[in-house]
Amino acid sequence: MKRRWLLIIGALGLCPAAQAHLVTTGLGPVYDGVGHFFLSPEDVLLAVGVALFAGLRGPSAGRSVLVALPLGWLAGGLAGLFSDWAAVDGQVPSAVSLFVAGVLIAADAALPRWAVTIVAGLLAAAHGFYNGLAMREAGPVVAWLQLAGIAAALFILAALFSALVVALRRPAARIVVRVAGSWTAAIGLLLLGWAIRLRR
Amino acid sequence: MNPSSRLRPLVARAGLLVWCLTALPRAQAHIEHGEAGGFASGFKHPWSGLDHITAMVAVGLWGAQLGLPAIWLLPVVFPLVMAMGGFMGLVGIPLPGVEIGIGLSALALGVMVAAEVKPKHLVWPAILVGIFGLYHGHAHGTELPPGESGLLYSIGFVIATGTLHACGIAIGFIHRWKAGQIAMRALGGVIALVGAYFVWEAGRG
Repeated sequence: MKRRWLLIIGALGLCPAAQAHLVTTGLGPVYDGVGHFFLSPEDVLLAVGVALFAGLRGPSAGRSVLVALPLGWLAGGLAGLFSDWAAVDGQVPSAVSLFVAGVLIAADAALPRWAVTIVAGLLAAAHGFYNGLAMREAGPVVAWLQLAGIAAALFILAALFSALVVALRRPAARIVVRVAGSWTAAIGLLLLGWAIRLRR
Repeated sequence: MNPSSRLRPLVARAGLLVWCLTALPRAQAHIEHGEAGGFASGFKHPWSGLDHITAMVAVGLWGAQLGLPAIWLLPVVFPLVMAMGGFMGLVGIPLPGVEIGIGLSALALGVMVAAEVKPKHLVWPAILVGIFGLYHGHAHGTELPPGESGLLYSIGFVIATGTLHACGIAIGFIHRWKAGQIAMRALGGVIALVGAYFVWEAGRG
């Protein structure tokens, strides 16, 4: 056990700063997509946030989000991939989506299953769209595979975090999730202010 | 296995996680021009001023004194409203008397803890904490150094704020003992005195 921890710390300590858009994993486009996703904190935060919210709303909402999150992301990514938009900074939509997801978790908003699914799909599509825009330079086939990698990562992340919250029975544990939502919303709001300041 | 030996690996892992997050080179998923720092610098910011530290710990202490559900309501409200203040500061919306407001927050929250004030309705502590959170957030928003990574800085900043609340709540566990209650009230008195000093300083400046 101790040896495993030492190995992890050693590996983390030795690794250079991650540069998602500057280097590839060397394992092919699918893993490049997975790497891109996990090295984009705004994307990871949103995916975790949506999964936590779905978990708070129960097993059926969790199951819906398991499909809506990767599919929404994939659809948004493909729209970005084939759009004529110039590559733009996605900080404002990221900030707004983080704020929305955070507020929903913090308020433990009692949305029905279909509404949770739509919200998850829309938020995922917005993030996926900016991923798609950024991936155009890789070419359509490689970008497809990268998006598939992202969708697979999303599926696993959504499954883990929504299941974690669904399994929580003690009210105090659910409150911890809501506090995490408040933090997510706060991060979104600060990021929005930051993005507006940068544009001035 | 006794509870303390069960907690030890958890504490060790939490310490390792904090070390990893603060000491390792920052991920650069989306390189921006002029990024000077990120998570570590955001995490350090709330710890940089005694006025901020005392007020945030006082929020946790007061929450612990009020018990459920205030113990979680206040730490939910404070970061959200503080971020709203941070947003105002970042986009340049002025808020008058920020320094006095911050000093007053430590003074007022310290008095609440010292006197162990328990309002009938939970909305009053939430409003009070919310107003003060706005002042703290505004000060942080205007002080943010240019050229930082917005997202990583914000994540570090919010986690540090939450950690300060958690410190207050953790100290508040002593409230279950009589001596602990007295110690907490004494701590509230000290926070109020620190707050009074900052109000005086802000008034002079």
